[in-house]
Amino acid sequence: MASGLETAAHPEQLKRIVIDPVTRVEGHGKVTLLLDADNHVHQARLHIVEFRGFEKFIQGRPFWELPVLVQRLCGICPVSHHLAAAKACDQLVGVDRLTPTADKVRRLMHFGQVLQSHALHFFHLSSPDLLFGFDDAVAHRNIVGVIQDHPDIARQGVLLRKYGQEVIRVTCGKRIHGTGAIPGGVNKPVSDAERAMLRADIGQIVQWAVDAVGLMRRIFTTDAAYHLQFGAVDANTLSLIGTDGALELYHGGLRARDAKGEAIFDQADYRDYASLLREQIKPWSYMKFPFIAALGPEAGWYRVGPLARVNNCDRIDTPLAERERIEFSAIGNGRPVQAALATHWARLIELLYCAESIERLLDDPDIGGSDLLVEGAQRDTGIGVLEAPRGTLFHHYEVDGDGLVRKANLIVSTTNNNQAMNESIRQVAATYLDGHTLTEPLLNQIEVAIRAFDPCLSCATHALGKMPLQIDLVGADGRVLDCIRKGASGDIEAIPAVGG
Amino acid sequence: MDSSGSDGRPNSKLKVATASLAGCFGCHMSLLDIDERIIELVELVRLDRTPLTDIKTIGDCDLGLIEGGVANAENVEVLRNFRRHCKLLVAFGACAVNGGIPAMRNQFALRECLEESYIDGIGVHNPGIPNDPEIPLLLSQVHPIHEVVRVDYFLPGCPPPADAIWTFLTELLAGEPIRLPYTQLHYD
Repeated sequence: MASGLETAAHPEQLKRIVIDPVTRVEGHGKVTLLLDADNHVHQARLHIVEFRGFEKFIQGRPFWELPVLVQRLCGICPVSHHLAAAKACDQLVGVDRLTPTADKVRRLMHFGQVLQSHALHFFHLSSPDLLFGFDDAVAHRNIVGVIQDHPDIARQGVLLRKYGQEVIRVTCGKRIHGTGAIPGGVNKPVSDAERAMLRADIGQIVQWAVDAVGLMRRIFTTDAAYHLQFGAVDANTLSLIGTDGALELYHGGLRARDAKGEAIFDQADYRDYASLLREQIKPWSYMKFPFIAALGPEAGWYRVGPLARVNNCDRIDTPLAERERIEFSAIGNGRPVQAALATHWARLIELLYCAESIERLLDDPDIGGSDLLVEGAQRDTGIGVLEAPRGTLFHHYEVDGDGLVRKANLIVSTTNNNQAMNESIRQVAATYLDGHTLTEPLLNQIEVAIRAFDPCLSCATHALGKMPLQIDLVGADGRVLDCIRKGASGDIEAIPAVGG
Repeated sequence: MDSSGSDGRPNSKLKVATASLAGCFGCHMSLLDIDERIIELVELVRLDRTPLTDIKTIGDCDLGLIEGGVANAENVEVLRNFRRHCKLLVAFGACAVNGGIPAMRNQFALRECLEESYIDGIGVHNPGIPNDPEIPLLLSQVHPIHEVVRVDYFLPGCPPPADAIWTFLTELLAGEPIRLPYTQLHYD
């Protein structure tokens, strides 16, 4: 299933083109293309340059800090990390079932999160490509252009995102990096005043979500043949799934299917993830490449996120989103839809599902209940998994007898999509760029394919030019702060700074 | 202020660039949390290089907002480029101001952090630390940005509240001394 463009046979004879940084994504990555004299593409790679070391530096911290500490991995979907860590912490405090109030307040928080993140991605980041065309002028191809040319669409996007952020504020105390979930439950219910405030606008939000799906459906079907082909790669899919096969974002079993839609595994307990999935390391990216263990690294890579979820589920349990899902699935002719740009369509179906689910929860008396917390006996392992906006998110912690973190493993959504994104840009490079003089609009097509995955890289990169073997970081006052050297074998060595 | 706009006419819009270094993008999200005021904002400012536009190289700007601390060689290069091109440079949020959560790795050797992820990590198929020339060299410590370049303003908070960002931008545009009310100054 993998294309042949991952590694060129003779890279030293080829010219290098770089897209750096990839823009209108959250965080930064860069793409390198290696071309021969006739502009045939021999290698295409998406490099992720982020490395933080969370798994190491949270060692020794008390587990109850995790939901507020680890969410600082990501300011776009902090709630996803907050809740995945909280789900792991529930197990660490010996709790297997939350109170109805805690469960529903967390779900409300999560629906708010997915709603705002999907709105941000579609309206603020990707809609310029879809509304103006991939070859629109660079200076115009952004949210400011949308505000100027399509003020109603821009305003709806801004207000959809705002509403999701307000749901988070109500359940978490603040919009970004709040505190709502705690081990064993939540720290507050939704008050009557907060419920009334959110209820006042939800009808409008559902309607705008319906309109957004309609907009994307029309864009896709207007040139279906092209959109079905662009960036399409046959991929396995992975997602959580409800016990009844319904779309599920907060809690369920793991379902994996192959490119034809045949089951690889289904309703697997996510606490067994380490036996189902493994991770490959490639020297050219800090992001690992996960694969389904039973299939091996070559054939076992998979897709997660909206496209995987909407393909994977048997139904959606809200009526408007289910109607849209049926229409969406029809374009696959009985097979999973594999088109990169169909991800936007699936994402907006999920946005509608979240809006309808919020509406339903706002009518549920349980979100205002007073029974918030369950207590149990401490355990040493907690594994929390949920569907973040960009896909399946794994948090795994082991603690010692004092409740201090001993070992941690995090597989974030975008990591799960690593190979799928790389395969998608290789398909675009081979189909649309190969043999052409590379212009800005052509290179933007690579980014259009990446954007469809809504990658969250949350770290910066910039052209480095020739790699220095030794770097001195000199402060504003001329003092050497940091010095690092790269040996011939690729070993990295820190050197004590002179006078530092 | 910038003297002419894309249409060639005089333009008094403030030209703004932003970047996220070793941050989580939360400060950029908090900027978007000004909500519908963004429609007002784009009447007053022009965006240069930011993650919201496809401008890849920074031009001369009035204002640069830097989110995140300095963790790798590319962060250093982006930061120095911003300092060269921006009249005013702002440490935008907790990580830029003092390194923040990513600086928690400073208590460990970089090698220990890399080994935990790529050698000793759960489920690692082929242990090995990534080392291709295409990926940036990591610094042994994460630094706040003022240790690398001169900084004109520090906007605290994880993230700075949207109202604090709005106060900052509107007072700057009005040419007023920037005074943030106490309620807008907090980490959490």
